[in-house]
Amino acid sequence: MPEDRTIQELGLDEYKFGFHDPEEYFFKSPRKGIDPEIVAMISKHKKEPEWMLEYRLKALESFLSKPTPRWGGDLSELDFEEIYYYIRPMENQGRSWDDVPDDIKNTFERLGIPQAERESLAGVGAQYESEVVYHSLKEEWEKSGVVFMDMDSGLREHEDLVREHFGTIIPADDNKFSALNSAVWSGGSFVYVPPGVHIDIPLQAYFRINAENMGQFERTLIIADEGSYVHYIEGCTAPTYTTNSLHSAVVELIAKPNARIRYSTIQNWSHNTYNLVTKRAVAYENATVEWVDGNLGSKLTMKYPAVYLMGEGARGEILSVAYAGDGQHQDAGGKVVHAAPNTSSLITSKSISKGTGRSTYRGLLKVHEGAVNSKSRVECDALLLDENARTDTYPYIEIEEKKVNTEHEATVSKVGEDQLFYLMSRGLSEEEAMAMVVNGFIEPIAKELPLEYAIELNRLIQLEMEGSVG
Amino acid sequence: MLKIENLRAEIDGQEIVKGLDLEVGKGEIHAIMGPNGSGKSTLANVLMGHPRYEVTGGSITFQGEDVLEMEPDERAKLGMFLAFQYPSEVPGVSVANFLRTAVNSVRDEELSPMEMFRLIQDKMKVMQMDPKFAERYLNEGFSGGEKKRNEILQMLMLEPKLAIMDETDSGLDIDALQVVSKGVNELRGPEFSAVIITHYQRILRYIEPDHVHVMLDGRLVTSGGKELALDLEDKGYDWVRQEFGSAAQS
Repeated sequence: MPEDRTIQELGLDEYKFGFHDPEEYFFKSPRKGIDPEIVAMISKHKKEPEWMLEYRLKALESFLSKPTPRWGGDLSELDFEEIYYYIRPMENQGRSWDDVPDDIKNTFERLGIPQAERESLAGVGAQYESEVVYHSLKEEWEKSGVVFMDMDSGLREHEDLVREHFGTIIPADDNKFSALNSAVWSGGSFVYVPPGVHIDIPLQAYFRINAENMGQFERTLIIADEGSYVHYIEGCTAPTYTTNSLHSAVVELIAKPNARIRYSTIQNWSHNTYNLVTKRAVAYENATVEWVDGNLGSKLTMKYPAVYLMGEGARGEILSVAYAGDGQHQDAGGKVVHAAPNTSSLITSKSISKGTGRSTYRGLLKVHEGAVNSKSRVECDALLLDENARTDTYPYIEIEEKKVNTEHEATVSKVGEDQLFYLMSRGLSEEEAMAMVVNGFIEPIAKELPLEYAIELNRLIQLEMEGSVG
Repeated sequence: MLKIENLRAEIDGQEIVKGLDLEVGKGEIHAIMGPNGSGKSTLANVLMGHPRYEVTGGSITFQGEDVLEMEPDERAKLGMFLAFQYPSEVPGVSVANFLRTAVNSVRDEELSPMEMFRLIQDKMKVMQMDPKFAERYLNEGFSGGEKKRNEILQMLMLEPKLAIMDETDSGLDIDALQVVSKGVNELRGPEFSAVIITHYQRILRYIEPDHVHVMLDGRLVTSGGKELALDLEDKGYDWVRQEFGSAAQS
């Protein structure tokens, strides 16, 4: 077992979802780039109320006035003028799977959302380019008053609710990318769970970019009313092109008193996608918000799911796992703000880097004065699969209150020669041994996911690690 | 079964095994005893194919096949097994999951989940292990004794043709030593051979060897029956050094 050979050989990353359909669209922005005209066109196309158009245009100004961030990842190759900001794949959204055009349907079948899997979900949404092409919610949930639809329909059918909450958790001018999203957003999910309703199986949304130079800007708002529960899962993929794609979502979660929201992401973007996402939640009294975040693929991901603990006894949990293969940078982490007494939080971050891959943990823990008896724990673990891989940790901690309990722990480990030898001596091939170490490393995250998603996460990581075989 | 001829091996350019010969027949138990630094553990690791050691001369054949070019997993599939002195921790991987994967990779046909479950239960009983042990993460937070039991548990599950035991007895109290020995004796038979590497003769009270060899400075300097172990116990390794030290240096 000549050691240098082996790990390098595992190196060639394979991206299984790199295929794409021919581009035939109902509507595509007439040109690349972004300006007030394009924004107005999107809004008009969607027949939106005037206030939304104004909101978009204001956000655009904010986007144009903000410099591209220089911290985090390298954004120098991201050219905003080279992106299509709006593509509508079909005229109307499908209510039944049969309404979805075959090529799009085939894409989702190939991505592994077969009929059988959909059975175990309370509702499914599928977004292709800028628009949600398919949406369904099981009748029993519809009857109990649950709303699960694409954001555009949400704006049409529940305008007051949307207007009251949209952009309240993440203001348009929060950062350059939230501003961009606020200007050109399209699709995403709108979820409302009435008081006391527990949706015991997950809702799932799937996001697919197909076109070259596409920018996808979905917008999701989830409101869990008092004492309700919802688990929302999103998955994402894109084909492999030589040019870059951009995915810049904004996700706002509102957990009212005693509510619980769990938001799980397994994203698996192609290796030329910039994934720059703003995700933030507020949790009121005794509410719980959990982000479970699996970041695979992409060229650069910058994503730091946040929980603002606004009410007494609120709890926030962020579990994130990132895999950075050759040439990839995963700049991920989490942010928790304790703004009320007796609040608690847990951030667990696991990153895996291989080859020239780089993973960064960037986190903020802030405890405001008066948030007495708050408890927080931050744990970040990095696993390096070979010598060149890189990991960095930037844990920012700001504590204004004395009566708090915070812990921070960070570890970096390498898959050791001894560990591999041990597993191989029991009959595992080197790839199997490596996969076993990696799966063990992410086990604390995987076990928080429903079984089929945990298997999916393990499988995806294995695929990323595999050689070019198959 | 196992044939080692004039084996030479080094680590970081330093020669540790310096022309070692050993032949282990089918069904035989051999003990290799020697003081610290004599190269015993290096021999164990080289037999299983640890990448850090470089074989610079000689040969190792197992059942007539040259294993020197084989990866550790290929050697395992041939029926070789190493019970580690310091087994690695693998966080997040349960003992049960690991055993399932290992057993299915050395077998031609995979066991059904039910068969696997029963097999694990049975073998854990032999090793007097709490069933809950199977759910713990591999070697993580294990005591020294638990690690060794776990090694022998793996051996019972994998049913190797040849087990190499690298100081399995070190650090064990008498109860643990008995359980570990029981595990080895469980496999003893015409189809099972073992090389027991040890500093002390203690374990040989429970696992009776057919042959005892003394290792000094990278080679086997004398061999005999089980009484040689008792001699060593009486006279100590100083006696070996005096008797064979000059020969080993030459």
